[in-house]
Amino acid sequence: MKTLVLVEHDNQHFKDATLATVTAAAKLGEVHLLVAGKACRAVADAAARIAGVRKVHLADDAAYEHQLAENIAPLVAQLMAEHDAFLAPATTTGKNVAPRVAALLDVMQISDVIAVEGDRTFKRPIYAGNAIATVESSDAKLVATVRGTAFEKAAAEGGSATIEEVSGPGDAGLSRFVGLEAEASERPELASAKVIVSGGRALKDAATFEQLIVPLADKLGAAVGASRAAVDAGYVPNDYQVGQTGKIVAPQVYIAIGISGAIQHLAGMKDSKVIVAINKDEDAPIFQVADIGLVGDLFQIVPELTEKL
Amino acid sequence: MKVLVPVKRVIDYNVRPRVKPDGSGVDLANVKMSMNPFDEIAVEEAIRLRDKGAASEIVAVSIGPAKAQETLRTSLAMGADRAILVQSDDEVEPLAVAKILKAIADEEQPGMVLMGKQAIDDDSNQTGQMLAALWGRPQGTFASKVEVNGETVSVTREVDGGLETVSLKLPAVVTTDLRLNEPRYASLPNIMKAKSKPLATKTPADYGVDTAPRLKVTNVSEPPVRQAGVKVGSVDELVAKLKALGVA
Repeated sequence: MKTLVLVEHDNQHFKDATLATVTAAAKLGEVHLLVAGKACRAVADAAARIAGVRKVHLADDAAYEHQLAENIAPLVAQLMAEHDAFLAPATTTGKNVAPRVAALLDVMQISDVIAVEGDRTFKRPIYAGNAIATVESSDAKLVATVRGTAFEKAAAEGGSATIEEVSGPGDAGLSRFVGLEAEASERPELASAKVIVSGGRALKDAATFEQLIVPLADKLGAAVGASRAAVDAGYVPNDYQVGQTGKIVAPQVYIAIGISGAIQHLAGMKDSKVIVAINKDEDAPIFQVADIGLVGDLFQIVPELTEKL
Repeated sequence: MKVLVPVKRVIDYNVRPRVKPDGSGVDLANVKMSMNPFDEIAVEEAIRLRDKGAASEIVAVSIGPAKAQETLRTSLAMGADRAILVQSDDEVEPLAVAKILKAIADEEQPGMVLMGKQAIDDDSNQTGQMLAALWGRPQGTFASKVEVNGETVSVTREVDGGLETVSLKLPAVVTTDLRLNEPRYASLPNIMKAKSKPLATKTPADYGVDTAPRLKVTNVSEPPVRQAGVKVGSVDELVAKLKALGVA
């Protein structure tokens, strides 16, 4: 089976989520990549070195600079004439583009694949991860998004794929990118961090979150996450949210501070290798999944912990 | 501008789903059902657009069993003007839902379709994007802010890297994220009033859509259970554990 993988990138570097998707694609057969962007040759060059990749399709056009689904989807649909499957990382970019591709191909997409069981059979979580469905596709082509935390990352070096320039329909004239408000941060990204320190509503306000969570994260070289309650309360921006509808993470160590452990939050982090919970309520559901728990007042515990580490 | 708001009846978000022992699915018998939370946000946003004068009429649509009428009545009680139930007792996949919605869009000619980004039962996150593709219109997914400016709509999207803003030509499909608004509760008088608002009942066949599933669910199982670990008594013990893990 020839599989086309959407490379997630910022026109300079590809994102880590791409590597896990390559691993999933390799289980289906021959792996091709699509790098669509503007002045993104460097991304294609780097992607061609990913282990196991046969060919990189490079579509360099201003219409693809911001990954607008209206422009990217027809390009992918066109390339699917010579591919059997299309996989995208289950990131906000992949989730935006892939269903649009699926509909153009009249295919029912398989979202958030966590295991490849066969050519047409996959496992995916449903009900916020409270159940795992095994699904089998009967469509002629396959379209799926891949959960990055469920697959090992392919080696970024070692491959020597050919690069082929392709062009698509270009600008569909339906949508325009206006801007991206991104917080500049020196910290590791949530999706790929080895350690995550996450805070919940118990942190009281934005200033307290900053005073308690951030120094601990800095000490551990960790990324900072948050529960939905903390994001809704305005302690931190939306892209910090871990959970069913936020980011799905699976770091080596996840430290949940003042997070009770609603099922929607657990859905985003319960595949972490080690979960540490600090909470004043000893009956909080977070302790049912935590490997190491400490019951007590976080306003005393966290500063002490930061100091002693 | 007419706004179409698709709503789905799903398991209530506070209920913990139970997998059936025979692996055939999730047990929904005698379980509390509610409107998908993201769809509630979509209904609320449509009402706010109408309050601002950007929308004139709100049509709620649901594709599901007869009981999905309750979900439509909820949207009418919140403030939608009329409703369409496309009745089907079988599970309808996102692609078929998108096809039905496309046929309704052709008939109703809305200026915007506002819907939840995903349903909390199958967590597919597909229908809005699929509808936009089939309809040949732009999509503003995962919206945290929606502003109509004449012929276009500006949508601020919650993306992995922060907040992205796109400008879309109308008509467009907009899918809602959690922080777009806080949906209102329907008042008792409005719940009573909703009972007399128009609700049309149709079938997928009325729209010429085949709802036969493309995906076969061969098994539904419980996820691996995580065992609770140990509780430590002091920060010093916690530090020792973290050091043993090589974290500090």
